[in-house]
Amino acid sequence: MIEFILNDKKVTTDLPSGSLLLDFIRYEEDLKGTKIGCREGDCGACTVLIGEVVNGKMKYSNVTSCLTPIANVQGKHVVSIEGLNLKNLTPVQQYMVDEAGTQCGFCTTGFVVSLTSFCLTNETPTYEDAIASINGNICRCTGYKSIERAALHITESLKNKSTDDIISWLVEHHFIPDYFTEIQSQLSDIQPVKIRENAKILVGGGTDLYVQQHEKMVELEITALVQDEKIRFIKFEDDICTLGAATTVSDMWDSPELNQIFPKLKEHLKLVSSQPIRNISTIAGNFVNASPIGDMTAFFLALNSSITLEENGKQRTILLKDLYLGYKDLDKTENEVITQLSFEIPTKNTFFNLEKVSKRTHLDIASVNSALKIELKDDLIQKAFISAGGVGPIPMVLSKTGVFLVGKEINAENIKAANEILQTEISPMSDVRGTEEYKRLLLRQLFYAHFMKLFPEKVELGELVIRRS
Amino acid sequence: MKNIDSKGHVTGKSIYLDDIPTLSGTLFGVVFDSPKAHGHINSVDYSKALTLPGVVRILTHEDVTGENQIGGIIPDEPLFATDEVHFQGQPIALIVAKSEHIASKARKLIEIDITEKEIIVDPRIAQAKGELIFPPRTFKMGDSQDAWKDCKYIFEGKADVNGQEHLYIETQGAYAQPMENGNIRISSSTQGPTAVQRAAAKVLNLGMNKIEIDVVRLGGGFGGKEDQATPWAIMAGLAVQILQKPVKVVLSRMDDMRMTGKRHPYAADYKIGFSEDHKILAYEATFFQNAGAAADLSPAVMERTLFHATNSYFVPNVEVTAYSCKTNLPPNTAFRGFGGPQGMFVIEIALRHAAKEMKVSTFSLQKKNLLKDGDEFPYGQIAGGVELEKIWSAVETKFSLEEQEARVAKFNKEHSDKKKGLSLMPITFGISFTKTPMNQARALVHIYSDGSVGISTGAVEMGQGVNTKMLQIAAQMFSIDPQKVKLESTNTTRVSNTSPTAASATADLNGKALQNACQALVMRLKKSAANHFKCGAGQVEFKDEAIYILGKDSHMTWNQLVDMAFLERVCLTENGHYATPIINFDKDKEKGHPFAYHVYGLALTEVTVDCIRGTYEFDSVKLVHDFGQSMNMSVDLGQIEGGLVQGMGWMTMEEISYDDNGRLRSNSLSTYKVPDIYSVPKELIVEPHDTVGTEMAILKSKAVGEPPLMYGIGAYFAIENAVAAFNPNYKLIQNAPFTHEKVLTGLYS
Repeated sequence: MIEFILNDKKVTTDLPSGSLLLDFIRYEEDLKGTKIGCREGDCGACTVLIGEVVNGKMKYSNVTSCLTPIANVQGKHVVSIEGLNLKNLTPVQQYMVDEAGTQCGFCTTGFVVSLTSFCLTNETPTYEDAIASINGNICRCTGYKSIERAALHITESLKNKSTDDIISWLVEHHFIPDYFTEIQSQLSDIQPVKIRENAKILVGGGTDLYVQQHEKMVELEITALVQDEKIRFIKFEDDICTLGAATTVSDMWDSPELNQIFPKLKEHLKLVSSQPIRNISTIAGNFVNASPIGDMTAFFLALNSSITLEENGKQRTILLKDLYLGYKDLDKTENEVITQLSFEIPTKNTFFNLEKVSKRTHLDIASVNSALKIELKDDLIQKAFISAGGVGPIPMVLSKTGVFLVGKEINAENIKAANEILQTEISPMSDVRGTEEYKRLLLRQLFYAHFMKLFPEKVELGELVIRRS
Repeated sequence: MKNIDSKGHVTGKSIYLDDIPTLSGTLFGVVFDSPKAHGHINSVDYSKALTLPGVVRILTHEDVTGENQIGGIIPDEPLFATDEVHFQGQPIALIVAKSEHIASKARKLIEIDITEKEIIVDPRIAQAKGELIFPPRTFKMGDSQDAWKDCKYIFEGKADVNGQEHLYIETQGAYAQPMENGNIRISSSTQGPTAVQRAAAKVLNLGMNKIEIDVVRLGGGFGGKEDQATPWAIMAGLAVQILQKPVKVVLSRMDDMRMTGKRHPYAADYKIGFSEDHKILAYEATFFQNAGAAADLSPAVMERTLFHATNSYFVPNVEVTAYSCKTNLPPNTAFRGFGGPQGMFVIEIALRHAAKEMKVSTFSLQKKNLLKDGDEFPYGQIAGGVELEKIWSAVETKFSLEEQEARVAKFNKEHSDKKKGLSLMPITFGISFTKTPMNQARALVHIYSDGSVGISTGAVEMGQGVNTKMLQIAAQMFSIDPQKVKLESTNTTRVSNTSPTAASATADLNGKALQNACQALVMRLKKSAANHFKCGAGQVEFKDEAIYILGKDSHMTWNQLVDMAFLERVCLTENGHYATPIINFDKDKEKGHPFAYHVYGLALTEVTVDCIRGTYEFDSVKLVHDFGQSMNMSVDLGQIEGGLVQGMGWMTMEEISYDDNGRLRSNSLSTYKVPDIYSVPKELIVEPHDTVGTEMAILKSKAVGEPPLMYGIGAYFAIENAVAAFNPNYKLIQNAPFTHEKVLTGLYS
């Protein structure tokens, strides 16, 4: 039995724990404000809020209910548009009306929910954060400019928001109904989550599984890995950083330490899916779906990360790159579970970059992605790890290219020579994300981009690509 | 006035098709469709699917009670395939079950044996093989063949432009229920309630009067629900006819993308010639429209390509021919602009090509050849009220065009890894259905005895704000509080024989019909008031719900007058009718005056291309648009912004991809990308052009639905100019959309 709070009331259901939150809200609870647009997390029409207690406080995120199994919200607070409505329009709703941010209206509740999550989460709200909150919401009518104008007004209206008790402030200013103030205590009455009961099917964020197999999944009982706090953590010990397998991309985004280690972390993660998906997708999920083009896989491969797998209490640790044997073929038994990932914390001589190009820059699967980690000593490359996705059957580490770079100076000549090797290591295929020729050219460019971004004083485009004229 | 639906939208209370409360006993339909693009069906085995618990019935062509035919213009499209399939996604059967989930599972148990036949996906190949939907058409003016000898410069080339998925966020769907005496009520997410009704009557072998179509609103349409909402509505209706249970058919996103047609891809050949002083003397083009496997609306779409083949330019000698090519793709269909954008794209390609070869700026070529008042279009209409030159100079001055050009040139000089590009995209778009008989509409107005008003029209609300405009008209005509006016659903029992909500003309047609209805009621009420106050009806005025006699408040209110008239047995209901005057078109001669008026505008687009990665961001789009006298700037601005971005999507990231087997590769939202909030121009300025408007438009407020889409074509040329600024060897690719792939390839070719 799954139990959670939906808007202002506790709900229980005997539906399979793998069934979807979206269907539960629309068809079991008959709340029709949450819409079905794509059932693959790509439009945001089904966006709802999920609230949980984190460090003694309610923390809300916007998520796509079409990819969220109800097991993942056991013991949490789920808010649909109906749970936000007050007698009068909330400021979020009012600005959307005033700025004509709604036309056909089908996507609108998703925008309202996402913008409300912005109000709930950001202690120092900025316009960029407001826009980021709706980067998973697609509108086909407005062209977004009116929604941008609404977002600007909403940001301004939060200028004096209290930072210590956001919920009370928002209740007082009619952004959310007053029942929100009672939720935290009500949640404590709900039974704690039992991890790994009998269900053999393990689900992380579900953001890939439910896209691929939603018809099958909704009939199953599942074990919700995201409910297991033991595998959702970010730890730093000596020179090693360890992340629990169920760490979400947003957990990384929010981590001050990771942002310190990777000063461009947010810039990188902004290229990874959308906020509502980052809020639920787990890093291990990105590894085990074995997509040759997983963004987080590329990120962690270049960090030369290790993963720990566990089965019946037995553990083994392997390099992430060794997980991939062939197309969708993993060095992992059926019952093995990835529990954590670790990597060496970059030192001041380490340089890291992530590049990705897709048809649409945001909320899209890459045509090609690549990450690079370089350690320098006396201006010479000590170590180089280059990952690349979309250029072979598995997420690749371009080790020959890396070996070639060791001991070299960073200059255009060496980088061009490295590209020659790089091109021999890959085997891209033509598909909907680009032709083989394009992917080869693109990876070359992304490889160059790593160096141009990290060492702008040492390389420039003109030296790397000679233009005939 | 804000869109009257806004409050319902932001609170989630607005009702769309799938939100209609389900009646008990409702069954759900899922469509079984062809896995092959072309072939002969040897056998279909439904036995396993039928044994799945919860499956109620599987309907095929054998169950059709009337004619198995849904083609609206040409009867060439069966509802369910019989022994041949012509595209992947072609409906073969409807599985009706107790839940959508069960029906979907049952679909996987159906086994089909098809002997494949040759598959054609390329319109040029189809044309070469004589596979045409209907005979080609040619629009001709002057004598282009004779004119070539006078041309100093002549350029020839080819252009390709891909299709576009509508991606209305609400997928196709219908919900039908049995009524007494064999009548059927169908709620449909359609832009064309009468089209659904007419086709359903034929397939179900019923009179149109037995089938009621009701539309509350659409979660987006963009043309995709003009003709292609029909099959699902009929399937639901047929299931009701046979099972006598309510039946809902709502397509999943992937089913929708696979089974429905899109904007037509076109291939084209062009030849353009100029005088020494750069005037276009002659233009010839041949268009190969990729129609897909059946006609759908392709004949009309193709016609509009010809109407807009010269866009905003005057060309004295024109010969343009179009072929509607039959391929093994889903029948392509209406999409905002309706063939016009493809025609305009090709002449813009020709101009860009010419400018490059002649080493002049495209802007100067465009400007030099702008259409003027009194010029003749290739289809015989004389251009009137042309605003193009005024708009051009407005763009030059308001947006300091020269300064912007200088700034871009400077930027390009100073940056090696980033380049900027500019483009100007003029539009001239004809308003009216090009099929003259469709330019009619009706509106039914009830004034209730308490003074409140109910309005029914043939217009379908799909986000474009037409209902808001209707309400404004009624409130203004009666001079009453808009709160007193209610817009009813669009329903064929209240307003019959409607034209679809399309061609940008819906507010004009229905608004003018509504004005006529309101005017008749106003006259009747004035007469009542005149009798009461013993004055002439001409001396009565309505102002803010008060009755004025000879300019003085009579202290009689609107409500009192209505009540008095009712007691006097005055008819307080009126049906207004409107048919656009003047317009005509003779298809034999391909000449006439098909458009009530034209809408004009010019967009200035600036883009920055990242020359390392081959990506781009739009810095700005600044445009001057001819609204006439906008009756609702909030609504109209939304149409401009939304249309522009949709057009930019078509020209940039939206890439429909079929493989050689006719399988749609871009079959979901993860493989077909439309603009997100980060894709839109950082700055977007819409300046209304200072003009008086035209009486042919409702309240002189010109149609605004489709024209702005074509501003998006400017995105293509801005990108191209940036790519060319980086790579002196860049060869014009003449192939839209300009994806990241094409940019990178162009930068390093």
